[in-house]
Formats: sequence, C-alpha cells, structure tokens
Amino acid sequence: MKIHLCSVLAGLALASAAALAQEKSTAFVGARIIPIASAGKASPEIERGVVLVKDGKIVSIAAIEKDVEYKAPDGTTVIDCTGKWIMPGIVDTHSHVGGIGGADNSATIQPSVRISDSLNPFDSGYRRVVAGGLTTINVMAGSGHLLSGQTVYLKMRMFDGEPASRMEELAYKDERGNLMGGMKMANGTNSLREPPFSGTRGKSAAMVREAYIKAQEYQKKWKDYDAKVAAAKTDEEKAKLKPPARDLGMDGLVEVLEGKRIVHHHTHRADDIATVIRIAREFGYKVVLHHTSEAWKIPEEIAQAQKDGVVLGCSIIQIDSPGGKLEAAEKTFATGGVLERAGVRVGHHTDDWINDSRLFLRCAAIGVRAGMTREGALRGLTLSGAEMLGLEKQIGSLEAGKDADIVILSGDPFSVYSHVEQTWVEGRKVFDRTNAKDKLHATGGFGAGRDQEPYFCCFENN
Amino acid sequence: MMDSRIGAVIGLVLCAGAALAQDLVIKGKKVYTMSGGTNAPIVDGVVVVKDGKIVSVGKATEVKLPDGVKVIEASVVTPGLVDVRGTVGVSGLFNSKQDSDQLERSTAIQPELRAIDAYNPQDRLVEWVRSFGITTMNTGNAPGELISGQTLVVKTSGNTVDEALVKNPSLVVATLGPDSFAGGSRAPGTRGKQMAMLREELIRAQEYAAKRSRGTKAENADEADEKSEKQEKAGDRNLRLEMLADVLDGKVPLAITANRSQDIESALRLAKEFKFKLVLDMGAEAYLEADRLKEAGVPVMLHPSMYRAVGDSENQSFETAAALRKAGVLFAIQSGYESYVPKTRVVLFEAAIAAANGLKFEEALASITIDAAKILGVERRVGSLEAGKDGDVALYDGDPFEYTSHCVGTVIDGRVVNSGTH
Repeated sequence: MKIHLCSVLAGLALASAAALAQEKSTAFVGARIIPIASAGKASPEIERGVVLVKDGKIVSIAAIEKDVEYKAPDGTTVIDCTGKWIMPGIVDTHSHVGGIGGADNSATIQPSVRISDSLNPFDSGYRRVVAGGLTTINVMAGSGHLLSGQTVYLKMRMFDGEPASRMEELAYKDERGNLMGGMKMANGTNSLREPPFSGTRGKSAAMVREAYIKAQEYQKKWKDYDAKVAAAKTDEEKAKLKPPARDLGMDGLVEVLEGKRIVHHHTHRADDIATVIRIAREFGYKVVLHHTSEAWKIPEEIAQAQKDGVVLGCSIIQIDSPGGKLEAAEKTFATGGVLERAGVRVGHHTDDWINDSRLFLRCAAIGVRAGMTREGALRGLTLSGAEMLGLEKQIGSLEAGKDADIVILSGDPFSVYSHVEQTWVEGRKVFDRTNAKDKLHATGGFGAGRDQEPYFCCFENN
Repeated sequence: MMDSRIGAVIGLVLCAGAALAQDLVIKGKKVYTMSGGTNAPIVDGVVVVKDGKIVSVGKATEVKLPDGVKVIEASVVTPGLVDVRGTVGVSGLFNSKQDSDQLERSTAIQPELRAIDAYNPQDRLVEWVRSFGITTMNTGNAPGELISGQTLVVKTSGNTVDEALVKNPSLVVATLGPDSFAGGSRAPGTRGKQMAMLREELIRAQEYAAKRSRGTKAENADEADEKSEKQEKAGDRNLRLEMLADVLDGKVPLAITANRSQDIESALRLAKEFKFKLVLDMGAEAYLEADRLKEAGVPVMLHPSMYRAVGDSENQSFETAAALRKAGVLFAIQSGYESYVPKTRVVLFEAAIAAANGLKFEEALASITIDAAKILGVERRVGSLEAGKDGDVALYDGDPFEYTSHCVGTVIDGRVVNSGTH
C-alpha cells in the first residue's frame, strides 16, 4: 500500500513544523518540575528547576541548586515560574470536541469515514481543552457502531495569538505529511441495534472478523500487484498490469493490520474486553482498550495481552457514579490502581463532553483517591497517553528533543485548588489564565458558550 | 474487595449491629458545626449523640463524654451532607425502564405525581452517595416537563420510604425553556406558550383554592374526613389543582428550573404575579440575575458545578456560587439530573469545584449542609451539628474537598451507616 489520499490534504497545509517554531529560546525558571520518565528510567520531581526551550523543542531540564540564582543564556526570554508547578502538556486519548460527526446510520462498519473531515476548529470546546492544560487530543467519532471511522490526533496550536482556524493546522502529520490518527471501534451493548447493525455480541464479533478478512484479501491483492510491478522488467510490462480497485474503507483497515493505525476500542464488560483482545490477536493489530468499566476483573489477562504486544494499555474514564447502563454497573474508581498493580499501562481520557477537558486532572486524581500511585496517574495523563497514540518519541515527557508542550500550574496538579495558569504548545503560549478571554473559557460565564454541540449519531443510552 | 455487593452486605451488618444503640461519640481534629457565624471549625472537637440526636458539641476538653459509648474519630468532621436537589432513588443506577421513574412524559402539567410513590431506598445509588457523607437529600421528579411533579426529602438510609422520610412533599417542580418543550404538535412548544399554560393553570388553582377555602369556612364544624368525602361526592376533588392550591397557599414552594437569564426573569415575573414561594432551580446564568434574586428573596438550588455547558446552560460558570454569595443570595449546590452519566453527581465533589473558584471553604460547605437544609425547610433537624438536631455526621481523613481525601464514615441518626475509605 503506497497510496495515501491524506497526503493531498497535508500538502495543502501551510504550516510546517519549521514554520511554527520560534527562534528565540525561552527559559521557564523556578518551578517545581514533574518531568515524567521514559519507560525504565527514574525521573523524580525536581523541587526547583528550569526548562529551556528553543525552536519549539525542549533543550534541557535542570535543577537549580539551593540559593543559586539561575543565569539564562544570552538572548533568552525568561518566564519566572517561582512557586509554580510545571508538567508536560497533557494527552487526552479520547475526546469528542469540535462539533464532530463521524459514521452515520447506514452501516455498522465504516472505516472510510474520517473524523478530520468534520471538525470545526472554531468550536469553543477547543478553548476549554487548552484551559485544562491539554496539548494533544485524539478526536474520535461517537459510539454506536462496531467501527465508526478514522480518528485524528490534534495538537492545540495557535498562530499569532489566535487559535488555528483550519483542521490541517491542528492535526499531527507523519513523515510523509499524512494526517495521523487511529481507528475507532466499539463492542458490548453500545453497538447493538436493528439491522444493518449487529443484534448480539456473537454477531458483532462475526461482522468484525468478516471485515478484517476482507481487508486481508484486499491487502494481498495489492501486495501481489506491487510484487508484479517490482518484478516487471520494462515500462511496457508495468503498464499492462492492472491495479486492484481502490477501496477507501479497506485502505483504512489495512493500515490497522499493518500497525500504522492503532485501534481505539470502546469496551466495558470483562468478557467484551476479552473479545477485543481475542480478535486483535487473531488479526495481529494493536489496540488500546477504552473506558474498561470491568477491567478490574481481568487485570492479568490484560497484562498478558500487553506483554504479547496486542494491547497498548487501558485508557480509563472516571465517572462520578457507576451505572448509566448495565455493563457499567460495576464500574469503580479503583480500576486504575488495580491495573497499575498488574503491570498494565494505564492512561486516562475525558471522553469530552462526558467529562469536561478543563477537569481532566481531576479524573486522574480520583484514580489516586482509589489506590493508583501518584506517579502512575501523572504518567497516565502524559507519557502513557502518548504511547497509546504512538507519539511517545515526540511528546509525553519533558525530555530534551521532545516538543515544548508545557503546562504551568499554580500548585499540585492533583489538588482541587490548583489551576492551570498557562499552556504552551511547541514553545508558544496557547492559554493564559490572566488573559480575560482565556479566563472566560477556563471558568465559564456569559459568552463562553460552545458554538456547536457534539454530534453523536446513533448514540443510545443503553 | 471490589464487589460492591459485598460492601452492601457489610453495610447491612453494620446497620443491624448499630440499630440497637444510637449513642455515639464522634471526635475530630477539626469539627465544622456549621451552626452560624464564620463557621470556623472547633479544633479538637467532639460531637455526642444520644438516642439518635445530638446532645452536645464542643471542644473535647470541655464536653463531658458519656461512659461506655462507642467512639469514632477522623481528621475532619462535618454535618451529614444535604443534597438540595437530585433524583437518586427515583432514577436508578441502571438507567433502564425498570429503574427510571423520574419523568412522566404523557402530559405537560402533572403536579399530582408524588415522589413518595416512586422513591426506591434500595437503589444502589443511595448507598453510593451515602458513602461520600450525604445523609439527607431532596429527590423526586426530574426537570423536563412544564410541571413534572413533586419532590420529597429523605435520609439516605432506611429500608422503606417511610423509614427514610423527612418531608413530603418538599417542592413542586416546573421547568422553563427548551428542556420542557413537548415536541411534535404537543404543547408547550415555545417559551410564550409555557408561560401562558402556567398562568392558566395557576388561575384554575386560584379558583380551586378559593372554593376550597369557602368550603372550609362553611363546614368549619365538620370533621375533615367528612369534608373531603363531600368534595369527592360532588366530584370536585382535583389532585392536580389541590397541589397547586397548596403552592399558592404557600404550603409548598414551586421550584422552577431555568438556566437562561430570560427564563429566570420569567420565573420571577410569575412568582410576583401569583405570590407563591419560588425556588430557582439550576440557574446557569444566575450570575446575571443575582441582585434581582436577592431583592425577591428567592433562594437558588444551583446546578452542579461540573454540569455540562451545552444548550441553555452553555454560559454556565464555575464562579456562579461565588457571585451568588457576594450578592447575599441563599443558595445550595445540587447533584441534579443527567439523562445519561453520571447517574448521579455527588454534591461533595460539586461544592469542591466551587471552593476552588471563589467560594471560601466554609461557604462551600454551607452550600451542601445548612444552607441546603434552610432552602428545604428542614434546618431544625439537619444541616448543622447542634444539640437537638439529628445525629447525622460525615467523617473525612483530610480536607473533604480535596480529590485525594476520603470519606471514612457516615453516621445517620447516631448509627454508623458507612465506614471504610471512599
């Protein structure tokens, strides 16, 4: 598969990473720093330190010795962060912000639908995202389908003090310039409906298997064709070869099979989680388990699937009471802690508008309330989320060379009394609580209204 | 460990064990009595409960402790929390037809729907909110029809509604704005029509109240039973108008759910016209109306701080509670109703957000204790730790509003109904 329609879109984008970057360096001086460690590395909080940033990237993180005054390199803009806390830009693995509309009523498996074609960059929900300290979000279609389309990973960029006005300016792009994202799937009662949707769990699994088998066949056709093209000795011979018919949905599924597109899977009940793992094993794709109300019942199974490279982890949601549907009746605040102790990678998500992006830190803090470690919960908001999106080399921790995505807080991120004071993306400030307009979005108030409500096709309460 | 059913069994055992004795001593490093003034805490305080009622509150060094009474203690002790408005027990955990009795949609005006006929004290959400320290709640019919019915005040314990009951009915509840538009060709379909329908119904209730009052005067000597029997025979007893006549007589307040400023104005206009006791429900834009609410003496059952800012509540603010406090408006923060999730919010968590957005700690705590009790007219029994009041107490292992603190005990009528770490 060498054809990428997305690259056409990407080619239209004006903003390249280089154009975004600032040229002067900036030093964030004096804050308590939560760097977040890469896997296997220790990275304790720095009591008082400096984060140096240049060209949109982190240059260094260092502690400032007691009673020593930090001297910034010449020409550096110094941001005094004395008494503040700094952590990496927060990563939300599951959001619905942007007045989006994905798959419709016509079918239960719609891999050709791209959420990127439906989002409204002007939606005031994005202002709340940065007010919460979120710098990277995975925007997905709503639920109600077995497969509701391609998701898009967004970076909350601003240009000249104004929010990005085009989707292409927000989206992450790969080295070829293609938009980056995953594939949204769901099982359990969420996707059970009248035909053409599935009516039972058995039928759901059968329909998913059939779709991926079709994708394997499609993949083979293209591989055979590519092999023949490669083997062709003359241009004339090449020209005679007829390529298989393009199928955009199959293209999407093949990207899943080839590990280029991570599956983000809504799933609640323990046996439904097991089914997700079973099918992912069968077809060899990578999956992040989302919501996972009953993951606490089968932590060892999930940990094993993670060891086997099938599951990238659990992205959990905190809801202030259990229930809402039968399969979430045994949901508990303790899930994060149980999974963490079993060795499962744990991330968090807002599911915004289910949880408000401005209160995302609270979701992780509630996990700590019920037994998650503080370190694990902080990692769940940052690096673990990045790993679940396949962006861990670029974001998720304060390490030299990574994007300068930074949150400045008034205090401990897990205290209700702390506020996000500033949010920075690629070395540029995208939120400042002292700015009246930003404050309006941070607290709400007259004029803060969203200009569009989220659109959940086919979403039912059962 | 994880199975909440096991928790429920333990809870029952605790109930059974404690049922015999309703005497208890509760010690706290900080005891917030919420009995007035600055509401500053008693440091190293103690609450003594006898026969289910508080008999003394004060510094541990100054209060004489009874002998042989069970003692429990915690870092922070507060009155049992009061949720001023929710639907717990009427709407259930499963959100299914079997446990969703919060909204009857057959017609727009049904004040005769009584919460007492639908409240299920066994719903798991009751135990859920209780585990965070909520001991009293106003629950019942949800917003969503022009007049959807009544609410009642219950304790979050008791095996039957009668055991749980504190006050019935507590409110009649009405909704303005698109949330109670009926849809299709059914009325109401506009704001103007909503007000016209309410006026017409209240005028009928005025006539009914006048007739009822004439009847009472004429038959003053008669027994009450006989009187109602005569009314029934005459075929003129009307439960719907009877309830609204009680509203017009000031016996039961009318709570009107209104989010937009213009709908709050409409509610104030209607209350002035018909002279009923108005309680504003939700009030997403109440910060625009604070002075007029103060002037009219209308209390507010404020929306949950974390209520979603969509539709008519798009301009909701975390700072509304602080704005109402500044204007001197009596308010309490509610758990509210969600058609999806969370099936209930927890007022402890909602007040915490207000405390982080301009409200002082004690003010935020008042909004889920004594001020909630005042709005519901149950402040003689609950809402503060004072001699003579019910022995309802919540215990925490730190600042109750911090995300990472826990409720470590809930006491109702002197019985420990929840322990553990929540």
